Amino acid sequence: MSIRHSLLALLQDQPRYGYQLRVEFENRTGATWPLNIGQVYTTLDRLERDALVAKEGDDGEGHVVYSITPAGKAEVRSWFAAPVERNTPPRNELAIKLALAVTLPGVDVQAIIQAQRVASIRALQDYTKARRDTASNQRAADTAWLLVLDSLIFQTEAEVRWLDLCEARMVQQAQAAATGAARKTSNGATEDAPFNADSRR
Amino acid sequence: MSVQGPQQVLELAKVGRTFGEGATAVAALRDVDLTISAGEFVAVMGPSGSGKSSLLALAGGLDRPTSGAVFVESTPLAGLGLNELARLRRRAVGYVFQDFNLVPTLTAAENAALPLELDGTSARKAHRQAADALRQVGIPELADRFVDQMSGGQQQRVAIARAIVGKRRLILADEPTGALDSTTGQGVMEVLRARADAGAAVMLVTHEARHAAWADRVVFLRDGRIIDQAAAMHDPTMLLTQAGL
Repeated sequence: MSIRHSLLALLQDQPRYGYQLRVEFENRTGATWPLNIGQVYTTLDRLERDALVAKEGDDGEGHVVYSITPAGKAEVRSWFAAPVERNTPPRNELAIKLALAVTLPGVDVQAIIQAQRVASIRALQDYTKARRDTASNQRAADTAWLLVLDSLIFQTEAEVRWLDLCEARMVQQAQAAATGAARKTSNGATEDAPFNADSRR
Repeated sequence: MSVQGPQQVLELAKVGRTFGEGATAVAALRDVDLTISAGEFVAVMGPSGSGKSSLLALAGGLDRPTSGAVFVESTPLAGLGLNELARLRRRAVGYVFQDFNLVPTLTAAENAALPLELDGTSARKAHRQAADALRQVGIPELADRFVDQMSGGQQQRVAIARAIVGKRRLILADEPTGALDSTTGQGVMEVLRARADAGAAVMLVTHEARHAAWADRVVFLRDGRIIDQAAAMHDPTMLLTQAGL
């Protein structure tokens, strides 16, 4: 997530001080990604160093107000114009975990998949409930939050579908291995292969 | 009968179902314990062949278990004769199927009224209750339309209206969104959810995670056994943590 660009975009709206930026960011994204106030101030320092924002002075109550510079506006324009980078796949702990699990002996991959599936479905239940509750309020102000929830729902659903696929692959591989083993032990005869079970009597 | 806590509408106790005998016997379900209370929406997930549809058939008295017992509103189904079982199915249990199973030569209202009329309710009363069921599923204006003049989503709503007409408190749905696009599928989930919120016990068999997510509880079947259950936490703090940030 680009805090830097998010803060710049909010400053393009109007000059603001640190705490206002944090509140505004959380309002517009449904508080899905809470911002640490320290992060806000260090980001503002860097933006000022890069001449993308400038201190406007004090608002009279001791808050330092920042405004966006022309260079900052150009930066926001190019951020919105460019698609989000996908060159490097984002690090996905689940994919890494499963990739390692299938290659290590003695790891129960099906158990890992099922534990993850339960956790993912539970999250999906929560997102779906939150979406239902929010949509029933029918407030225009909730539009941004609904979009964020939809995004989370799609991501989680994709994760569950991927888990289903992983599991199906594992089962196929296990069956193929069992079939191969049965062929070997019965010296060419395939009567122990699972798909021939019906022909026995 | 207990009056404490939510009423159990469906109870499966150590239910098993085996098809065939001897060496070719296949156990579709083994030792399944599952209870669904009034107002509860339960989704059943699992790979194909895991026993999902067998479970639904036993829950609705369409099939009998080889071991264990099934209770609908505290009535043991094993003790019922064929006629009594048919009456219980008409009065207490509503089914929604993937392919709707509507009668094409009847209107929406006539389809929805069918279980009541079969049960001896007067036509006038049955149609009044059918109109009420169509209103609950959001299509009161389609009451006099024939089924083949409706979209898939509308037909599925008629099928749900037929499943909830009268005072049925157990709704069983087998992949009810299979033939529908995703928006219409969500409409079906909204109706099932609303029925549960109004006090019905709902059991949904699905392979779609996004539909299962509408349920209060998700039951996972594999090889005829319940291997896991997931219940929503409804905890906003967890929501934020799960978002990964």
